[in-house]
Amino acid sequence: MATAPTLKMSSEIAQKIREHGAETYPHECCGALLGRDDAGTDGIATAGGVQLPLREILALFPLVNRREDSPHNRFSVTAEDVRDAEKAAREKKLDVVGWYHSHPDHPARPSQYDREHAWPWYSYVIVSVAKGKPAEMTSWRLSDDRSEYACEEIAIRDHAAR
Amino acid sequence: MGVKVIIPTPLRPYAGKRDSTEVKAGTVGEALGRLTTEFGDLRKHLFTEDGKLRSFVNVYVNDEDIRYLAKENTPTKDGDTISIVPSIAGGLCDGY
Repeated sequence: MATAPTLKMSSEIAQKIREHGAETYPHECCGALLGRDDAGTDGIATAGGVQLPLREILALFPLVNRREDSPHNRFSVTAEDVRDAEKAAREKKLDVVGWYHSHPDHPARPSQYDREHAWPWYSYVIVSVAKGKPAEMTSWRLSDDRSEYACEEIAIRDHAAR
Repeated sequence: MGVKVIIPTPLRPYAGKRDSTEVKAGTVGEALGRLTTEFGDLRKHLFTEDGKLRSFVNVYVNDEDIRYLAKENTPTKDGDTISIVPSIAGGLCDGY
């Protein structure tokens, strides 16, 4: 069996995601996760169960939710936004390794809509925002066959001053 | 020389870890067909079960969005670059 994937981030990054969710409440926030994946795009294990690499978020690229018609229960990032996020990542010598969004007044669990619209490989971080206050935060990855979202452990690890 | 197809990061694990490949194709549809013939695991991430491009898969020929050209019938020639760019969507379930 493959080891469950782990998404590493500092408490500062985690706090920024939570704050973005609180800022845009009662609407959903969204943004890109910039970081490194130890194995590059070797990514998620397929059948055969190889050891999954450690993935680390080192910066965020907050975005504007483009779903003006239904921002309380949907978020959308256009292809142009994706290109901007990739450019920002390249400038920092990082990759876009995933995306974050908030679930206002709902649990940090992916919806059917989340799964249907997900890409493989990316980490999808969801923060629940209850009555304006950020609560639980989780991360998910789509399985190779698109059938399910697997929960990914979030490891908060702060580095010593660099 | 053929048409260069740029593969987005999340799909590289399904394309032999490559960031691009070259195919011989006269249209975007043909190029994507060749790509998914070469890398069969890409198909389910690019196309729905009834063979339509997924709504969050954006395809550009030399930076022009094919939705504003002739979609999958957009012609391609040697030296062109096709980019596959994700768009990202999600949110709460319907009914909330």
